[in-house]
Amino acid sequence: MEKFDVIVVGGGPAGLAVAYPLAKAGVKVAVIERGNFSGSKNVMGGVLYRQPTEEVFGEFWKEAPVERPVIEQNYWVLTKDAALKGGFRSQRFGIEPYNCFTVFRARFDKWMAEKTLQAGALIITETVVEDVLRKDGRICGVRTGRPEGDLACDVVVAADGVNSLLAKDAGLKPDWKANEAAVAVKEIISLPAEEIEKRFGLNPGEGATIELYGDATSCLMGTAFIYTNRDSLSVGVGAVCSDLLEANISPNDMLEHLKAHPAVAPLIAGGEVREYLAHLIPEGGFDKMPPLYTDGMVVVGDAAGMVNSLHREGSNLATTSGKCAAEAILRALEWKDFSAKSLARYEQLLRDSYVLRDMEKYRRAPRFFETHPELFTLYPEIGQYAGEVFLSVDGVSKKQKQWQIIRHVLGRRPIWKLASDAWAAWRGLY
Amino acid sequence: MLQIVVCMKQVPDTTQVRIDPETNTLIREGVPSIINPFDVHAIEEAARIKERYGAEVTLLCQGPPTAVAELQKGLSFAADRAILLTDSAMRGSDTLATSYILSTAIKRIWAENGLDLVLCGKQTIDGDTAQVGPGIGTRLSLSQLTYVDKVVEIDAEKRRIQVRRRLEGATAIIDAPMPALLTILKEANTPRYASLPALIKSLRTQPAVWNAADLELDAEQMGLNGSPTSVRRIFAPPERTGGEIIPGGMEAPERAAAAVVEKILSSGAVE
Repeated sequence: MEKFDVIVVGGGPAGLAVAYPLAKAGVKVAVIERGNFSGSKNVMGGVLYRQPTEEVFGEFWKEAPVERPVIEQNYWVLTKDAALKGGFRSQRFGIEPYNCFTVFRARFDKWMAEKTLQAGALIITETVVEDVLRKDGRICGVRTGRPEGDLACDVVVAADGVNSLLAKDAGLKPDWKANEAAVAVKEIISLPAEEIEKRFGLNPGEGATIELYGDATSCLMGTAFIYTNRDSLSVGVGAVCSDLLEANISPNDMLEHLKAHPAVAPLIAGGEVREYLAHLIPEGGFDKMPPLYTDGMVVVGDAAGMVNSLHREGSNLATTSGKCAAEAILRALEWKDFSAKSLARYEQLLRDSYVLRDMEKYRRAPRFFETHPELFTLYPEIGQYAGEVFLSVDGVSKKQKQWQIIRHVLGRRPIWKLASDAWAAWRGLY
Repeated sequence: MLQIVVCMKQVPDTTQVRIDPETNTLIREGVPSIINPFDVHAIEEAARIKERYGAEVTLLCQGPPTAVAELQKGLSFAADRAILLTDSAMRGSDTLATSYILSTAIKRIWAENGLDLVLCGKQTIDGDTAQVGPGIGTRLSLSQLTYVDKVVEIDAEKRRIQVRRRLEGATAIIDAPMPALLTILKEANTPRYASLPALIKSLRTQPAVWNAADLELDAEQMGLNGSPTSVRRIFAPPERTGGEIIPGGMEAPERAAAAVVEKILSSGAVE
């Protein structure tokens, strides 16, 4: 049985962020990917932030396949026939050093894997890791589904995504429950570049994003998005699995509902659907994260439940967690100590970074959203009423209109409820 | 030991290829490449012959430098070495030029190591011509055994091979002298899932690279210059519209049948 220093299971943003710096440092590292290339099984909405990836791969935008730098971010709350819109645009996001880009994971991860290969890592594709190997209770390798498929190593990196078999095999993570994951679906819809720029008010090459709530997710707990790629749009929607089950709505119905909305339909009109993708997103938050290390193994990225859905961040956390893991592993290799105690440095580095701080900040968010479904139903409707009353000219004075709105709000939600919602929002999100 | 050469091609994964409706060209951007699926069966057949009789298997691929990945995957099927034929002068070669390039390379392998069998897939999935295999066989005057779904027996002593060919409406058992060219059908075998050590070994192997100068190829016989055929246009066949459905066949079959007869008569198809 061949032995490596480090075996990374999963060739996504987390796994490659571990493997690339290790390979560059001369560590004998293998990445095992189940798809036929890195990225082939990976899906995200499509926004990649520059800073975390630059920390690992340098000035990637100069050579990697990115679509458009995002200069404008919009937030829409939808009801059946209205949209409350907010947004921010800065031309400074369109020049170096950039803030974020739209990308296709399938192409971007392939590029990262190519860099990792050139740095000296072995990239083994079309191979599934089915279990960890143990010796005296410590993890010391992996078992793949191939004949003679065992490999030994000092450290296993579980970067095998939201449904991490490895974290389960290592006894770190129980099976997830339906309220701890969302299912998201998206379509890539082709449109000519000039048409995209016209519809979204962009200069050539610039990108924009829209996050949508309320009716956009058929009023389920979740979000929807429209992102501009070079010559296509990524249009998707996701909701928590338990909500979908309860409402008996399929993710595809939800997506069709979004695409038919009168504020959305004109943006995608005439476009041809060229791809359909779906994926699970961990939504359990900080409290459902598994232990991040054990003797001979660390858990990174989605496998560790690192998603900050409020800020649509997952790949960032994955990449930074990979970078921290690589740093901890390098020191463990130096000391030749692969015990949990030695690998605890990984968690320390994560605590010092934004990753665990952000996860902890929003630890109450899942519970807050779960117990406040009115955020996706009642409040958008109130917003629509207020907008329609205040913006129509009908001989009623503005002062009267204000009172009319206040009376309407109180009629739909008593004042103590409003106060408790506000308090819960403060506690849940601040 | 038998000397086997397997020809393989890197092709776009056609399950992911689309045709640009305006320009009528294949959109290859971002489409992953794979080993031509028929060639996978040829590589597997070579591996099985190697296991039955002992053989040295050489993989031969004409294509871009990125085809290294496909050659490495092929190597994990118990092949012994891989050669990539790559040169910008070879680009645009049609089947005539490709068979010239491949047969020139095989001639060189033949001179160095001897030759018993050349295995090809039945056809590629991007060109669909099934001409390159027979082209090689003709240029090298090999026994020509196409559409093989079974290698029945090989007699290395007498240098003879017996195969089963699947023809339209018949199968034929053919006995022929070696060296022979076989084109392999998908039905011949189920490709293996290579062992992990074999896969890792192949990933660490860099194929040999031969260019046009190495093979002293004639520039007039390859690339666009050496290709008398060219693709004028590629287009997706128009989507077939469904036939007309005449309802009521369950409730009132007589009326439905009458409606069908009426349709036929009014179409003028029968007098």
